[in-house]
Amino acid sequence: MTEPSQLTQHIESFVDSSRSSTQQAASLDTIVSLVKNDVVTISSLVREMEMYLTTTDNIIRARGILLLGEALKCLSSKPLDAATIHSLMSFFKERLADWRALRGALVGCLALVRRKSGGMVSSSDAKGVVESFLQNLQVQSLGQHDRKICFELMECLLNCYPCVIASMGDDLIYGICEAIDGEKDPQCLMLAFHIIEVLVQVFPEPCGPIESFASDLFGILSSYFPIHFTHPKAEEDFEVKRDDLSKALMLAFSSSPLFEPYVIPLLLEKLSSSLSSAKVDSLKYLSYCTSKYGAERIAKHAGAIWCSLKDAIFTSGQPLVLSLTPESLGGLGFQENEIAAEALTLLEKVVIQNNDLFSSMIVGDEEINMVLNSLSGYQSCNEIPSQSTQKMYSVGRILYVSVKASVASCSRIFQNFFPCLMESMGLPVVNGSKTSSFNDECIISKRPNHGSLYLCVELLGACRDLAISSDDLASQCVSADETWCCLLQRFSTSLSKIFSSILATSTDKPSHDADVYLGVKGLQILATFPGGYLLVSKSTCESILMTFVSIITVDFNKTLLWKLSVKALVQIGLLINGSNQSEKSMSYMDIVVQKIISMISSDNHDIPFQLKLEAISDIGTSGLKYMLKIVTGVQEVICANLDEVYVRGNVKSAKVIIHLLECYSNVLLPWIQKYEVFEDILFQFVVSIWNQIENCMDFPVGICEKELLDATMKVMKLAVACCSVESQNIIVNKAYTVLSSSTFLSMKDSLSSLQAQLEELEDTQEMIKFSSRDEWIHSLFTSVIIALHPQTRIPNIRTVLHFLMIVLLKGYVMAAQALGSLVNKLDLKTSGTEYSGGCTFEEAMDIIFGKNLSPSDHVPAERSGITGDWSETGLTNLCLGAANSGLLKIHSFVGLAWIGKGLLMRGHEKVKDITMVFLEGLLSNGRMGASPLEENNCNWDMHLSAMKCSADAFQVLLSDSELCLNRKFHAIIRPLYKQRFFSTMMPILQSLIIQSDSLLTRSMLYRAFANVVTGTPLIIILNDARKLIPMVLDSLKLLSKDVLDKDIMYSLLLVLSGILTDKNGQEAVIENAHIIINCLIGFATYPHTMLVRETTIQCLVAMSQLPHARIYPMRIQVLQAVSKALDDPKRAVRQEAVRCRQAWSEI
Amino acid sequence: MVSGLINANPVIYEKKQRRVRRAPSVGDDEHAVEPIDQIEFEARFVRVIIFLTFLNHVRDIKDPEHPYSLEELKVITEDAIEVDDNNSYVRVTFTPTVEHCSMATVIGLCLRVKLMRSLPQRYKVDIRVAPGTHATESAVNKQLNDKERVAAALENPNLVDMVDECLAPSYA
Repeated sequence: MTEPSQLTQHIESFVDSSRSSTQQAASLDTIVSLVKNDVVTISSLVREMEMYLTTTDNIIRARGILLLGEALKCLSSKPLDAATIHSLMSFFKERLADWRALRGALVGCLALVRRKSGGMVSSSDAKGVVESFLQNLQVQSLGQHDRKICFELMECLLNCYPCVIASMGDDLIYGICEAIDGEKDPQCLMLAFHIIEVLVQVFPEPCGPIESFASDLFGILSSYFPIHFTHPKAEEDFEVKRDDLSKALMLAFSSSPLFEPYVIPLLLEKLSSSLSSAKVDSLKYLSYCTSKYGAERIAKHAGAIWCSLKDAIFTSGQPLVLSLTPESLGGLGFQENEIAAEALTLLEKVVIQNNDLFSSMIVGDEEINMVLNSLSGYQSCNEIPSQSTQKMYSVGRILYVSVKASVASCSRIFQNFFPCLMESMGLPVVNGSKTSSFNDECIISKRPNHGSLYLCVELLGACRDLAISSDDLASQCVSADETWCCLLQRFSTSLSKIFSSILATSTDKPSHDADVYLGVKGLQILATFPGGYLLVSKSTCESILMTFVSIITVDFNKTLLWKLSVKALVQIGLLINGSNQSEKSMSYMDIVVQKIISMISSDNHDIPFQLKLEAISDIGTSGLKYMLKIVTGVQEVICANLDEVYVRGNVKSAKVIIHLLECYSNVLLPWIQKYEVFEDILFQFVVSIWNQIENCMDFPVGICEKELLDATMKVMKLAVACCSVESQNIIVNKAYTVLSSSTFLSMKDSLSSLQAQLEELEDTQEMIKFSSRDEWIHSLFTSVIIALHPQTRIPNIRTVLHFLMIVLLKGYVMAAQALGSLVNKLDLKTSGTEYSGGCTFEEAMDIIFGKNLSPSDHVPAERSGITGDWSETGLTNLCLGAANSGLLKIHSFVGLAWIGKGLLMRGHEKVKDITMVFLEGLLSNGRMGASPLEENNCNWDMHLSAMKCSADAFQVLLSDSELCLNRKFHAIIRPLYKQRFFSTMMPILQSLIIQSDSLLTRSMLYRAFANVVTGTPLIIILNDARKLIPMVLDSLKLLSKDVLDKDIMYSLLLVLSGILTDKNGQEAVIENAHIIINCLIGFATYPHTMLVRETTIQCLVAMSQLPHARIYPMRIQVLQAVSKALDDPKRAVRQEAVRCRQAWSEI
Repeated sequence: MVSGLINANPVIYEKKQRRVRRAPSVGDDEHAVEPIDQIEFEARFVRVIIFLTFLNHVRDIKDPEHPYSLEELKVITEDAIEVDDNNSYVRVTFTPTVEHCSMATVIGLCLRVKLMRSLPQRYKVDIRVAPGTHATESAVNKQLNDKERVAAALENPNLVDMVDECLAPSYA
């Protein structure tokens, strides 16, 4: 036992109302933990507190009881024996009568009743609590929080002790009614609604006490419907949202069928409310109640429900508009408003529940029949007055929903409306004959009117959806002699003819758009009926497909029709593919896919090539099988055309290929990447391209070469990237074989000739071009290297490295990228002997950086002398002045940048050496600048651009490239590599900038700085904002001097604006406010880029939010600068200027 | 100022669909000049919003009236704005809601301030009451286009506050 004084102290501190609430809470915690750890028992606690629980001082007594209650709440899992619980319960039960100290008693009761384990309240005690509750509590006279606890207590009692409660009967229900009546607080209401819901479940028998109280209970509930917050803004503050409350009320409403006589009339009455949320709620409640009350009770109100429903749908506010976009072909053609949508859901529910009754009401409805009869009066949709159109669409929706509801309703409605629709479309019905009453020779006399067409399509769509919605249902309704099946069988062929004729006769005028849409949709529906060819015959289906295909090949001038047809074919393909209908799938393949592929390969130049590609790629997406076929087809066409280009120099083919390749890489490849099946096809494709190049010896020159090469490279990269390691091994070997056949390598197969090449390079200032064939081979080879997996084995890596170095020094950036990818992916641990031609990472680095070649190299002994020379030409040396030619130097910098990027991404240390090379390149001014006069101008320019190049190398290092070294091309990426680089580079750059004395060097350093800052994620920049802002401003000032630097300046400005607008940067910004504003003012009239001006002014607007005292001195200056921007030639800038001016004039 | 609403139940017209600029400016053409035109004007200031209740200093109305923009009250319509960028000239003609509207000068002042703040200085701004729509048309016109009087009005802090309040939403 702990010394009682400590316990007493805590009790006192809780009871003392002059203490702060945190102190009270702390002492409660201590007491609870004492009891929890069995230091104090409950009974000793009670004994200790005796004085506080029984004193006549109301406040102290209230606090005392509350302490006991709260403590019990916290001890809900502590086991207590039955006697303790009983005595506590009796105490609290009695205390319910003590209105001055009520809170504690309520909390205590609730805590005990809620106990789930370790001793629960006995039934007799529970009963006692309920009795005391009913006898003593005037709930509505209590405060909000107390009311809430009361309701929680009652809810808990109803949930946990239903048997006890049930025995209390009328008194209880009466008491609850009294407690709830007049409640207004949302939180309490949630509980109150739930109490009623549970209460009804406590008395399940139909003739129980609830029946007599139903009207009273409903009277209380009904006043809350519809839930509407008069202060919409206040709603946001409450924890209870309108929707939650509405849902709780709905559950209460639907809790017992006994409420039906009261609820349904109320809901129907509220449907005529002007408040749209009330309408929506009524419909929602009706739907829910329908399923709860049962068919019999709802049937009593059927007539009224139907009338109100019809009204709601017909007058649902915003007009329904048929949307004619291709996207809507798959689903509903409408954007429905909420009321109509709810009404239609309700309609579906009631039709499913009580088919006979509602179907006959729909069939017999005068208004619907009138609408149907009036349809034939108007020919096209523009003639129909908007009100009638509205009605027609509403009828369409009603019919759709009721047909789709069930097989029985479908037959009923179909039987009634379909024949007369057919008749109005010019297809007479002969009753009693099962055979087709419409013979094929009969010419469709007139164009069907829009209304009948629309309703017909809706009906067809509804039974198609019904048939699809479940497989069981499909077999059931198709096999049975359902009326609608017979009707459909009889008419399907002639309907498809009518639809096709609409499409054939339509023009591209907007007035025909609606009809075209419906025609396409009708055909699409007919072609997608499930269950094989039972409902729609094979010949009809095939003729529908042929119609669409012929539209695609011929009617490409009618934009809408063409688009819709493609989309319809896609939808048909999707459905056929999804439902496993092999027969249909075959005819789709034969008719659609084959035809589309042949369209690509044919020389039919009528149809624009872009459209062909659009069609082919869209239709491919409708199924894996089709895509497989189409991809193969496209590849064949590409290869055939490549052949044309290589062999005959066909310019037209070159253009075709470029389009095809673009489509292939942009549309088809992203789709097929997801499926493994395609890997083999891609592999075959790549190999066949290589084969073609190998076989072709003489390349024609000058036919869209650059574009063609770029497109081919892109496809090559993406395709190789999708292949597995094994396939890549084969591809790379193949590519290497072809490469070694190229003149460049075959003639000079040894390193000495490479050396000679280099010397040649040094001598000439001009770039020597490769032959066309060589260029192709080199480019494609680099593409392959870029896309390889890290595990793929590259044959003769040394030769490849040498080769890439030479190509790189000739100025081909892709060789640099390939080198970067190579060093990024080369295995660090390999010994280089696992397969012939492999080499270790160190060796590769040595080759690149021109250290000593290892003795294990293949260089024959007599030529080993060249190794020394080669080291002279290592990239590092080339960069740092060993090269006489400036061009060579620039190329070396670019190459080094990409190699550095590869190393940086994998987190290799060597990157430090490389960055040092760049920095030295930046600082080389001192050496060269010593005698600028002696240098000729040309060399000076060269030198300058070499410096720029080394500054821009930082951009390459840090920016994300689309072309290589990304996830798509399997690069090894170490997390946070940019951050690491930033944190190591920044101090070095900073100190260099401070030390530098020449203007040129400084500007170059700032340029490098800008590249690093723009490449780093903003979060890192923000951490260092204070230090960085002055440097950013300085480099902005320097960059603004040259037009050529506008892009890098813009991205740097974006970094600055990022700092300005972020919360974390605020402090640093406030500190530097003056220099920032001074600098920005200068850029408000930056002449070269609109984006710079716009961003500058936006930054100034952001600055106006800073503390008044800091920025007020700058006000005049800013206003003057901005007023100049008011006359800017660009509109966007002027608009920003107006905003900025306003913002600054207000401070 | 008068207490009570001058036009307690103004007729509210629906906002017109905003005209949309045909083709967005071509991306690359950095140096193409986009002259200030009428459409830009609409965007800039037809949406000037006047808080009617505020203007009338009615404080004891419990339910604050909705603020309407000048466009909704048909005080200004699109075609009432003439812009000539080459000659730096703008003329705005507005229609007061009622004939004796004492708010005409205030509305005019708001318009002028708005234009002064959002146009380059080279512009000459001319603001007029539509002919035949106001009882003291010529007086109002004279007052609105008198530089001295406008400047004097803007030195009155109460008036400036009011104008600012009226214009605030138009900068959003």
